[in-house]
Amino acid sequence: MITAERKPMEEIFRSLEPFGKILLVGCNECVTVCHAGGRKEVAMLASALRMGRLKQGAPLTVDEMTLERQCDPEYAEELALVVDQYDAVCSMACGCGVQTVAERYQGLPVLPMVNTAFMGSSEKNGVWAERCAGCGNCVLGMTGGICPIARCSKRIFNGPCGGSSKGKCEISPDVDCAWQLIWDRLKQLGQTELYSQIMAPKDWRSARDGGPRRIVREDMAI
Amino acid sequence: MKSDSNLEKVLAAGHFAVTGELGPPRGANLQAIKDKAAHLKGMVDAVNVTDNQTAVVRMASWAVSLVLREMGMEPNYQMVCRDRNRLAMQSDILGAAALGINTMLCLSGDHPSFGDHPQAANVHDIDSIQQIQMVTTMRDEGRFLGGAEIDTPPRMFVGAAANPFGDPFELRVLRLGKKVAAGADFIQTQCIYNMERFAEYMRQAVDMGLTEKTKLLAGVTPLKSAGMARYMAKKVPGMDVPDEVVKRIADQPKEKQAEEGIKLLCEQIEQLREMPGVAGIHLMAIEWEHRVPEIVERAGLLPRPQV
Repeated sequence: MITAERKPMEEIFRSLEPFGKILLVGCNECVTVCHAGGRKEVAMLASALRMGRLKQGAPLTVDEMTLERQCDPEYAEELALVVDQYDAVCSMACGCGVQTVAERYQGLPVLPMVNTAFMGSSEKNGVWAERCAGCGNCVLGMTGGICPIARCSKRIFNGPCGGSSKGKCEISPDVDCAWQLIWDRLKQLGQTELYSQIMAPKDWRSARDGGPRRIVREDMAI
Repeated sequence: MKSDSNLEKVLAAGHFAVTGELGPPRGANLQAIKDKAAHLKGMVDAVNVTDNQTAVVRMASWAVSLVLREMGMEPNYQMVCRDRNRLAMQSDILGAAALGINTMLCLSGDHPSFGDHPQAANVHDIDSIQQIQMVTTMRDEGRFLGGAEIDTPPRMFVGAAANPFGDPFELRVLRLGKKVAAGADFIQTQCIYNMERFAEYMRQAVDMGLTEKTKLLAGVTPLKSAGMARYMAKKVPGMDVPDEVVKRIADQPKEKQAEEGIKLLCEQIEQLREMPGVAGIHLMAIEWEHRVPEIVERAGLLPRPQV
């Protein structure tokens, strides 16, 4: 999933200073799962904003709405009936949702309320960790199902570097060494011969380096 | 003076400056650099040394700059943001300054997809405007981008590039303004063929007071042939070559096209000298270094001032 975290309240209050009536819009997908911008977080932020602005002597009207999937123009369309009543739309979706709404409602300021972080998975309750860098050419089959691009701090393809110590990365004892994990898994799978192959320099065109990416499926065109 | 740059001295003395350009070799061929550079010696006030231009690997621009330095010329060390992060940039700048490179040019760099390693990662840790700020802060405040103090700051005369012809046109001068605000001591523009549009750009730049804060050198490139004119008109992003310019070259028989290109260039230089706010020209004679002496002679730009 795409993970996100709510922006600091101070920053949110500052960004909303010019406005008197806003629509706070959540998303029922990834940000709901990572507890950053679903219906519950929309309600919590809305009341914090109302109370905070009341205390400042500049009341703010906040209406709430949560879309099924904010990155989908079809769902963003649902705002059309009400959006004219507001000074701004404040989105609690990831950057994809914010931009989908902004593109649909060109004349209206659309502000992000969360910082979109990474593609990851849940390690345990309340902990999410990066798992995929979206490089566009998956190597997990070569690396025991552990991604060296997303999980090695130096994104080394032929690791581990000399900074690996007791299974941890040199940048912090809280960070696992991806290459220790890869090696352990390759051993478990009986695939250690994969390690002896020198992985060639990556073609980064399939990643962000080649420019903004799109997927076009001719077979799905209507 | 901010630096020991010959270009800075020439501009400060109020001379109409002339800079040239040299593309490093695609190999470790020292003699090739010396041969090219010999044509430029005494003909220009500084020589731009391109940095992996069009994203094609060539000899390091700092290394070629040092060769020019040893030949008694003033290199304008180009550095693009595409290939190095802020650590590498700052250490290269220190090394260059320590070894006598006084002038540098801050650039974004062409995207790797244009070059010979389209698979390459695209660094862009900082952009060219942030790069200008970084170098001028290193020089003027003696601090690295990270904030730490520098023992012996690099005394660089810092330049930037500007394209008067990219879109949207209304942002061209505003972006130039940002580069000036970031601290650019001088500006070299993209090759100019549309004189009318450039004159409008200059009017706006002068009105905004930018030419009082920076020295702007107008970029010019001789058209060697009709083929080159058409290529520049159609294939080079952000280049504005009016049809009548292409036609003027193409109307000549093949063997006279280069001569017509030089004639056109001399006329352009004449016009640019009269244009308010233009402090000099940047002559990019791409793979035509040997014709530079003739061009600057015919354009009445010799002798170059000794300052």
